[in-house]
Amino acid sequence: MPRPFTPKIVTANDLVTGDVIYLAQDGSWVGEMCMAALLDEEDAANARLFEAETQPHIAVGPYLADAKAGANGPEPTHFREAFRAKGPSNRLHGKQERQQEVQAHV
Amino acid sequence: MYDYADFDNHFVRNRTAQFRKQVERRVSGALTEDEFKPLRLMNGVYLQLHAYMLRVAIPYGTLDPNQMRQLAYLAEKFDKGYGHFTTRQNIQYNWPHLTDIPDMLDALADVRMHAIQTSGNTIRNVTADHFAGAAADEIEDPRPTAELIRQWSTDHPEFQFLPRKFKLAVTGSKEDRAVTKAHDVGIRIVERDGEVGYEIIVGGGLGRTPIIGQVLNDFLPREDLLPYLEAIVSVYNTLGRRDNKYKARIKITTMENGIEKIRDLVDEKFAQLRPQFSGVDQEHFARIKASFPNPELKSADTGAYDAAYATDPGFRSFADTNLSAHRDAEHAIVTISLKAHGDTPGDATAEQMRVMADLAERYGYDDIRISHEQNVILPHVHKGDLPAVYATLRAYGLATANAGLISDIIACPGMDYCALATARAIPVAQNIAERFDELKLEHDIGPIKLKISGCINACGHHHLGHIGILGLDRAGVENYQITLGGDGGADTVIGKRAGPGFSYDQIVPAIERILLAYLDLRDGPDETFLDAFRRLGEAPFKAALYPEDKSNAA
Repeated sequence: MPRPFTPKIVTANDLVTGDVIYLAQDGSWVGEMCMAALLDEEDAANARLFEAETQPHIAVGPYLADAKAGANGPEPTHFREAFRAKGPSNRLHGKQERQQEVQAHV
Repeated sequence: MYDYADFDNHFVRNRTAQFRKQVERRVSGALTEDEFKPLRLMNGVYLQLHAYMLRVAIPYGTLDPNQMRQLAYLAEKFDKGYGHFTTRQNIQYNWPHLTDIPDMLDALADVRMHAIQTSGNTIRNVTADHFAGAAADEIEDPRPTAELIRQWSTDHPEFQFLPRKFKLAVTGSKEDRAVTKAHDVGIRIVERDGEVGYEIIVGGGLGRTPIIGQVLNDFLPREDLLPYLEAIVSVYNTLGRRDNKYKARIKITTMENGIEKIRDLVDEKFAQLRPQFSGVDQEHFARIKASFPNPELKSADTGAYDAAYATDPGFRSFADTNLSAHRDAEHAIVTISLKAHGDTPGDATAEQMRVMADLAERYGYDDIRISHEQNVILPHVHKGDLPAVYATLRAYGLATANAGLISDIIACPGMDYCALATARAIPVAQNIAERFDELKLEHDIGPIKLKISGCINACGHHHLGHIGILGLDRAGVENYQITLGGDGGADTVIGKRAGPGFSYDQIVPAIERILLAYLDLRDGPDETFLDAFRRLGEAPFKAALYPEDKSNAA
């Protein structure tokens, strides 16, 4: 029996900066996982992945990653995606650095 | 050290110019990622978890002060103010933008450096003993041999698409600080009847199938080195498996075919190749050798050392732990630890790099080494200058007296940076270092090698740790396996897995239990962890690791 489909997001790395990016509902690429489109159906997920693969000038190595619905949008279900969404744990670099900057300006 | 000839300069500049155009074509859309990836890998550019990573070669771990300053400049201008020294004596930048990398490569070329063959299925950066030219037990400085191999292997047309990556290491000392038996080819400079030659070891490696290299030739005459190496790599290039990435390294080729068959094939190929080497390589080797002169070591009063040793406990601790015997009694080899408790193993800030460059210039005969243990070495410092060197190091967070101790941990970048990793390695190292610093047991425990890898590829050399830790993903959770009894020294032993793994929260207490057991079990302070382990076997350490098993059995 095939495994039941679990919700997915499309993620990749930005061609120039290498930063982790996510495909949003409107087809744009965003930097925060919570703004990504959460794809509940397999066909839709594959179609979105194909859409991402046609944009090699923006997104490198797009793939479908497991995610779950959270209060503010999709959240990671695996620690690898959690690290990608946040940044390294030994230094305050990557997304967490910018997230903190954003909070400081609020 | 070796200075680039016009040919080298031209080659490196050309390659950088090519790569600049390749990046432009990738960004414009003229090249797909599939087309571009092998080109970027040829130039040391990886796409990691959060960003691109540039791996810069530091051939045989040797730098001069200006090169170190340039590495600092790159860290500040194109990265986040630091660099990460690796277990292959290289430096990695974790945050460059793709479009900045050509400028970084140009800046490296300004100081005779590059990132060529730091990735891909080619002959990688040749490593060597980090005490080369300074060690008291050395037959010969291994760096001229390593430089000859570097020049021969760089852009070698036959070896750009090997079945898999290929790593060589050279040592000139009996005490093997270059871990030659864990390399595809290990080269040991040996002496027989007054003649210097090479012992050639083949088929070693770590990764998912750790194998100790075997002696292919116990005494190779010096002038046969390049044709013999060419024969080995050529045999591997045809015989090595390309159908299965995990069986492609020469260690598997050697295991599957047997060392005798490999030796026969190499001998046959060597007989064909030998006449093609007219001796030009040996003339060139003589020129390379002349570019590694021994520094003219000064002779001066060492009273300042004795005075500081007698009165300053911090200096005494540093001297006892971080100095090694130099071939000249008035000098010492200084290990600058990049393992301050709680910091990332192998990281140095731009400021720290500049401080080390200045010290090498002022007190260290312009010589700096990067060790595979992710520390920086000043190989020649006069003892009278050591108090001044120590004071400066201390002011910049570089005087941690822990070389060879429990907190001097080798750790790969792990899942904090690496796209291949299955678990984090750096924070485990940080937590262990901080815990033992807190317990104030580090110096009591004494010499020990603890090595951590964040995946089965074993960049952290965990198999060779007296205590090794391997981070894995077990059903979506980080899990850490412990191996015991490994050793990367002259004998080279692969550690054995102790039992079930531990969670991220439990790994530090597990390590603590092993070491508290060691303190109870040892004969006395002179019996090291490894000696005690060899005397007692794994049972008492396993009992300490898994106390619940004992209670279940009772």
